[in-house]
Amino acid sequence: MKKKVVLTFPPKIVTQPITYHLVKDFDLIINILRAQVEEGETGRLVLEVEGPKEQVEKGLKYLEERGVGIQAVARDINLNEEECIVCGVCVSVCPTHALSLNKKWELLFDKEKCILCEVCVKACPARVIEVAF
Amino acid sequence: MSIKTFDEINEKIKKGKAVVVTAEEMIDIVKEKGTKKASQEIDVVTTGTFGPMCSSGAFFNFGHSEPPTKIAKAWINDVPVFGGLAAVDVYVGATERSETKGIEYGGAHIIEDFVRGKSLRLKAISPWPTDCYPGKELETFFNKETVNEAYLFNPRNAYQNYAAATNSSPKTLYTYMGVLLPKFGNVTYCTSSQLSPLLNDPYYRTIGIGTRIFLGGGIGYVAWQGTQHNPVKDRNKKGIPLGPSGTLALIGDLKKMNHRFLRGSVFEGYGISLFVGVGIPIPILDEEMAKFTSISDKEIETVILDYSVPSRNRPVIKRVNYQELRSGSVEIEGEKVPTGSITSYLRSKEIAQILKEWIKKGKFLLTEPLEPLPLDTVFKPLEIIKGEEA
Repeated sequence: MKKKVVLTFPPKIVTQPITYHLVKDFDLIINILRAQVEEGETGRLVLEVEGPKEQVEKGLKYLEERGVGIQAVARDINLNEEECIVCGVCVSVCPTHALSLNKKWELLFDKEKCILCEVCVKACPARVIEVAF
Repeated sequence: MSIKTFDEINEKIKKGKAVVVTAEEMIDIVKEKGTKKASQEIDVVTTGTFGPMCSSGAFFNFGHSEPPTKIAKAWINDVPVFGGLAAVDVYVGATERSETKGIEYGGAHIIEDFVRGKSLRLKAISPWPTDCYPGKELETFFNKETVNEAYLFNPRNAYQNYAAATNSSPKTLYTYMGVLLPKFGNVTYCTSSQLSPLLNDPYYRTIGIGTRIFLGGGIGYVAWQGTQHNPVKDRNKKGIPLGPSGTLALIGDLKKMNHRFLRGSVFEGYGISLFVGVGIPIPILDEEMAKFTSISDKEIETVILDYSVPSRNRPVIKRVNYQELRSGSVEIEGEKVPTGSITSYLRSKEIAQILKEWIKKGKFLLTEPLEPLPLDTVFKPLEIIKGEEA
């Protein structure tokens, strides 16, 4: 299975090589999509984890035990469709084509493809895309 | 030679018998029936556009306070507004930014919030009190119900075509054309192309001073040619200008507008703009108008400019048509580059559709221009002249 998660590292474990253990001890394929770590502050990692279901679950449980917060990526993105003006500015800056326009020119948002880079959040003129960690 | 007049079309509209279609629908009608038959059958073609139009703003009149105070220097929700008019008139410029929130809130957002019916905070000072205006300062709130007049008066809207933008440099650029990613990372463009008002009447035969239009969800009028009106721009075989050319100055009652078609917006690293919804009806007076209004994306061309060159003369990367731009990508230097629209095509279409319904129901009559828009004015640059020469 493949799972995309946002990991939150409390300041005291920010410097520990925790993701290393996911590879070494749980034999998982990990893909770091985005990392945001500042000294003395909470660290955030957007991670794609791939492996047998059982191993993925074990790995995530290990992270929880070490004090890492885990959230599924999809919950962290919010496009306010009611207020969206459907201009298309976000589409041209989205690196993974998570945002696209269909033939009817309606905006589609494929959360599976989103890597939380936040480029669209800044590019959106109507300020209707929010990423809340 | 005309086959129909404005009056004849209006008579049909009043009787609910006018045949009205959108500029998008007109493409297939002409393809199927030809211009002659289409011009006989179709009475009005509606257009629409919904894009950021920076040269926009609104006049407000607040009425007089007790004691009377001249609103000389004023702020609405911390955004400076222009008070250099009679005592209690101000002009809110769309791009003016908040002194506390920067580009996250500005004149355009004031206009949107007002239309939404929100209460806005007015702060004013009168540095030079007079016998007739003794007050020195005031602070209060106002909304749609409390002000006297509130009208949108936009000096330049509905640009007839616009150049697309890209960036050849290794740095991300933040522009009024949106975020331009490094090394030809994207291309942005800004027009509703085949639905755009002035692209469907390229020589302004039916759109002129006094034309009644859809503006911001309400009714407005063409007040004048817009600033930077440049009808002499090079045109392709279809008469379509190959870049920014004709413009319109528009006016309309803000109190009757709808925020769905009037939205404050922020362009990261650049500033504030107002998305304005404009729809203009085009009467099909004759075969030529049927031909003009049948224009499609493929026949409308523009140029892609390289915004990494900080000059008013930016290099042209290539000439493209809107079918290519709207396909999602264009080719630059052998690579597929994603394209992004800034104008909302979906909402532009909605505007053309609404205007069509208004006309079909007899709620909206056409106006013959009082004066045509000029066809010969030139958009001049500003030359920097040294003090001694002036």
